[in-house]
Amino acid sequence: MLGRILSSGLIAGAVAGLFAAVLHLLFIQPVLLHAELYESGELVHFGAASVPAVRPEFGLDPVRDGLSVIFSMLTYAGYALILVALMALAEGRDAVISARNGMLWGVAGFIAVLLAPAFSLAPEVPGVAAAEILPRQVWWFATALAAGAAMWLLAFGRSWLAWGAVIVLLLAPHVVGAPEPDSFSGPAPTELGALFTARVLGVGLCAWVLLGLLSGLLWSSDDEAAS
Amino acid sequence: MTTRTLAEARPASASLGILLAALLGLGIVVLTGHVQADALHAAAHDVRHANGFPCH
Repeated sequence: MLGRILSSGLIAGAVAGLFAAVLHLLFIQPVLLHAELYESGELVHFGAASVPAVRPEFGLDPVRDGLSVIFSMLTYAGYALILVALMALAEGRDAVISARNGMLWGVAGFIAVLLAPAFSLAPEVPGVAAAEILPRQVWWFATALAAGAAMWLLAFGRSWLAWGAVIVLLLAPHVVGAPEPDSFSGPAPTELGALFTARVLGVGLCAWVLLGLLSGLLWSSDDEAAS
Repeated sequence: MTTRTLAEARPASASLGILLAALLGLGIVVLTGHVQADALHAAAHDVRHANGFPCH
């Protein structure tokens, strides 16, 4: 079982992570680098002179961007192992896994680790104010876990109790609230912060749908081969 | 049919495999996304921001 999950998960994760990295370098990295010019003080928002909004041209940085590709593939491989493990668990409980419904699994994963945490802790561009790192990480994991459990209950719950739990699990982290900074002292313009968050969510959805599709495809075809 | 056979006869080793795979996946995500060691943080910096992880 472990070997089958590893082989499906690592391939699906590597491909989806590579896809995410390409979209990252095309759409996220330029916004990130632009914001870093404000973070470093090279550009000043609301300084003496207004700063043109036009984005400087950024070239590829082989080392930095190469590391991003590697870490993106690793991160999605980690997600894929969890996703395929959950698919195996669901199949053991008579769910049917396919490439087609794998895309729904991908959307559920996107909601769990990106959309739900982002609802109160928006993906941060460099150069924005934020609370201490540890409380934010704790909140992030608690929220992703709660939203992931909610997605499972939404898909496989068979009672009003389960569906009620879905609402509680999705709402609770945001009613409690994410850790917030003491003051809004970040030097990056809000326009860049908003664009960054939107791009992170858009790229994440694309990558997660592909991850779910590939996981479902590889897991179900591996199943047929095994039978 | 295969699914049902597997479900009925799923040995403890299958559950263990599922658990181990999920824990390994979680370990990778914690390492790439959340551990604050300087070298790891610097190398994974852009990907952490791009995945909505709290970064620094």
